[in-house]
Amino acid sequence: MESVDSRPDPDELLASIIQDEEKSKRGKLKIFFGMCAGVGKTYTMLQAAKVEKQKGSDIIVGYIETHNRHETAILVEGFELIPRKKHDYKSASVEEMDLDTIISRKPQIVLVDELAHTNAPGSRHTKRYQDVLEILENGINVYTTVNVQHLESRSETVAQITGITVRETIPDEIFENADEVEVVDLSPDELLQRLSEGKVYAPERSREAIENFFRKGNITALREMALRIVADRVDKQLHDYMQQKRIRGPWKSGSHLLVAIDYRVQSTRLLRWAKNLSYSMGANIQAIYVETSHQLSPKENDQLNKNINLAKQLGIKVRIVTNYDVVSAIVDFAQKENATHIIVGKPRVRNLFAMLRLGSFVNKLIRYSGNIDVYILGADNQAKGRYREKVFVPSFTSTFKEYLAVIFLVFLSSISCYLVRDFIGYQIVSFGLLFIVSILAIFFGPGPIFLAAASSALIWDYFFIPPQFTLHIDKPEDVLMLIMFFFIALLNGILTSRVRRQEQKTRIREERTQALYQLTKELNTAAGMDGVSRIAVNYVQKYFTLDSAIILKTELGKLDSTVQDGSSISLSENDFSVANWVFKHSSIAGKFTDTLPSGLFTFFPLAGNNGNMGVIAVELHRFFTQGEEQFWDAFLSQISGKYEREFLRNAAKNTYILSESEKLYKTLFNSISHELRIPVATILGASDTLISQSYPEETRQKLYNEISIASIRLNRLIENLLNMSRLESGHITPRPDWCDVHDISNNVAETLQTELKSFKLTTVIPQDMPLVKVDFGLIEQVLHNLILNATQNVPPGTIIRLKIFYDNGLLNLQVMDRGPGFLASELNFVFDKFYRGKDAKTGGTGLGLSIVKGFVAAQAGTITAENRENGGAKFIIKIPVEIADLNQQKKLVQG
Amino acid sequence: MNKAETILIIDDEVQIRRLLEITLSANGYKISEASTGKEGLIHAATVHPVLIILDLGLPDTDGIEILKKLREWYQKPILILSVRSSEDDIIRALDHGANDYLTKPFRTGELLARIRVAIRQSMGSAEDPTLTFGSLSIDLASHIVKKNNEIIKLTSTEFSLLALLAKNEGRVLTHQFILKEIWGMGYLEQTQYLRVFMAQLRKKIEDNPTKPKLLNTESGIGYRFVG
Repeated sequence: MESVDSRPDPDELLASIIQDEEKSKRGKLKIFFGMCAGVGKTYTMLQAAKVEKQKGSDIIVGYIETHNRHETAILVEGFELIPRKKHDYKSASVEEMDLDTIISRKPQIVLVDELAHTNAPGSRHTKRYQDVLEILENGINVYTTVNVQHLESRSETVAQITGITVRETIPDEIFENADEVEVVDLSPDELLQRLSEGKVYAPERSREAIENFFRKGNITALREMALRIVADRVDKQLHDYMQQKRIRGPWKSGSHLLVAIDYRVQSTRLLRWAKNLSYSMGANIQAIYVETSHQLSPKENDQLNKNINLAKQLGIKVRIVTNYDVVSAIVDFAQKENATHIIVGKPRVRNLFAMLRLGSFVNKLIRYSGNIDVYILGADNQAKGRYREKVFVPSFTSTFKEYLAVIFLVFLSSISCYLVRDFIGYQIVSFGLLFIVSILAIFFGPGPIFLAAASSALIWDYFFIPPQFTLHIDKPEDVLMLIMFFFIALLNGILTSRVRRQEQKTRIREERTQALYQLTKELNTAAGMDGVSRIAVNYVQKYFTLDSAIILKTELGKLDSTVQDGSSISLSENDFSVANWVFKHSSIAGKFTDTLPSGLFTFFPLAGNNGNMGVIAVELHRFFTQGEEQFWDAFLSQISGKYEREFLRNAAKNTYILSESEKLYKTLFNSISHELRIPVATILGASDTLISQSYPEETRQKLYNEISIASIRLNRLIENLLNMSRLESGHITPRPDWCDVHDISNNVAETLQTELKSFKLTTVIPQDMPLVKVDFGLIEQVLHNLILNATQNVPPGTIIRLKIFYDNGLLNLQVMDRGPGFLASELNFVFDKFYRGKDAKTGGTGLGLSIVKGFVAAQAGTITAENRENGGAKFIIKIPVEIADLNQQKKLVQG
Repeated sequence: MNKAETILIIDDEVQIRRLLEITLSANGYKISEASTGKEGLIHAATVHPVLIILDLGLPDTDGIEILKKLREWYQKPILILSVRSSEDDIIRALDHGANDYLTKPFRTGELLARIRVAIRQSMGSAEDPTLTFGSLSIDLASHIVKKNNEIIKLTSTEFSLLALLAKNEGRVLTHQFILKEIWGMGYLEQTQYLRVFMAQLRKKIEDNPTKPKLLNTESGIGYRFVG
């Protein structure tokens, strides 16, 4: 059994392999990590770079802040500096790292100071660490510096220690995934020494700094924290290493933390705390948010978004589930995910509403959680204050009007009761009022209901309970009844409103499901990319009331340079570059995000199963709420899926065309080689005979004639093949122009003079035939081929009729003969490539009629073949055309 | 013919040049050959050809470019003989000053006829105000058209159209060219005008309007007056 146990967890192994692969493509990140400013991180980084440079590495300085420190400045001098890029911001000019120049310069290592820096507005990313991630993605190694207070998970603790809130933070993930972390350590005494010597700050600032921040106690605490973090990291690396090398160890794998967050500010502390715990336990961590019937106020919604973002920053995945019952949602999820610990915040509920809403949350959780450990984190003072405030805020989001309405309705019903009080007695009145409050609960929130319950209780007491018109109550049972009345009204009202809200939520969900269903249904009927785009834009407008634009990838896999038809916003060049970034990095950017937030639009990737299909830009007025975002994601995934299917279908179509043309090629090879050889053989034979032997003039004339006929046949074949290939490759684009059909028929008769010698061609065109707008050349070719076809299939002397007329928007062309007509069995094939009539004369290619069909189709027309009633074949062509105004024509000629 | 007139052939295909040489010599022309555009330009300047036969698909320069260069100074007919048969190519060549266009493969009889007409056209003196084609006579000065000695009534537009085509006998005039000449720049898209007037004109001057002999339609390109 031992051997089985020592096998590494396959999932973890796979994850580590994938991580390794990802890393090897990316550049390596080395972090110089210190407890606070002034320990010499930048200096150490430069020295390490110098050593690398002496080894021959190509190193440049992307961004270094020397803080006017002399030693540092000297060290920088030896390196190539990338000039900073100037951004104009509110009339001031701000300098930031020039990301694009660094990436295009492509050094081996780039030095970037102060990873946690926040970029000036107008930069591509809001944070410098995002710049660094992009540099790494381009395969460039980065050296950078970080202080312990900049780690997201530690920022709060640092704030508690030093009393200074840190705004510039980096996600822990970056630190955790760094390839190398070098601690730059200095004893607190040495640091203070350096400070007082003015080596860190200018002397007058030093004193201030020492008094505020650099107190020995602070420094010691920060130092301990920094060293502990690095030690944790070493532990984790050791764990990873052992896992990879299949060394069994005593690590506490299998621990799995589940932290339950909500919409309160308290959750941020909870998340940080849980993250630290997961570090020291070496445990996986996940977060859950349970969406209940509670209606979130805009403020709460905002905080919830913040909480979820913080979790993401800390590298914690958040799952959102909807459930009426928070406890069972958490426990169910924990059991499903095999969580070993549940971490929740301690609810500080000290009022009636909250009690009603939450019940004994903690007790319930502990009761149901079984063998899962439950950690409950107490709220600190600050959170407590806000918490109290928040408990009251959300429930009373109802408008003033609603309160007025409730009062009005309670009064109205009280007056009605008052009128009939003598018939029913004051006790029955209470039931009436109770009933009214219950009814009101269907339409109003808890706030108005509380008011309704309270006011109706007072009204009952004052107007009904004897003695009337006093608040005084005589009978003790009436006092009891009044109290009961109030609580029943309240409870009833709140329960009803809760059910109603739950129902509302369900309805919203249903609507969303319905919308998704509609979208899917409509997308399925969409034809082509354009159709999909139009529907997508319409639906985004309909269900999100947002204007949007869609940009798809081209067949080359790059993002197109134009938006799809139907898009309701137009994009600038800048927008396109944001779109390209989104497409390349598969993450959202633009307004309301941390990346390129300065534009008007927000860009989302349209992610399919095999890469991005494109990008959608929307004009948001605020970012989505949690529920909306889920809905939006589902929406996008439907649309992306459809695009992906369309792309696949196009690819399949191309393959089909390819296989079709292969088939054509084969047929061509078989059929044409024969058709080509015959005339060539004739020409060769005849000319040979003419050259080598002398024949009488008459014989020679006959041979010349044969050569001529063979050449014409050869030429016709070539013409047909060229036309066929034009059709096959889709290069036929009709160019309609005004035509006199007489011209067309004359030209055809003219060019077919020789072939028509032994036939009679009669052309019938009505007197008032208008000018029609068609492609002269194509129609000429169509008639040419049809008449030529007739000459090859009917006995000499037969009349061939060409009838041209206009009828109801259609140009009718009919070619008929009194020949043998078609066999019933071949009617279906006459237009097929290389199909030739059974009794056709030699010399045809079997292409003529399929070209006719192709040319007619190119002009949106139809062609049919049929047998005439009294024998013979008939071709009927109908092409939709525009005609010239006959009267105008006449006027023109007369004038 | 007093002295043999020289025709310059600019074509890179030896076989075509050989065929043309045999055919044209047999018909009394002197031949000068060039296989590239550059060579063709030099020959054109040195041998003073009475007509140039130009291929569009030359190995060194595009035939249209050669055509443009020749037209900077060369006044005599240039006949295009090319495998390019799309309407666009033909119209482009005609717009750049080519007199006529034949696509390969071609019938030598047709070629000879075209050459004859082109040369005659270029030789013809513009002094005589009356053009005569069989039974049809057109007096350009007095605007009188007679057929079998009977005066045919033409509107002024009809007359302008007929005169334009007749003066350029044997030459293909593109739709755009005719529209520009007769109606002006603003009417380049109004091909229906042209169709209507051509039909009208044919009714008046052709023996059999359904089988026109004088006013020929060049499909998709324009019209040619054949005297």
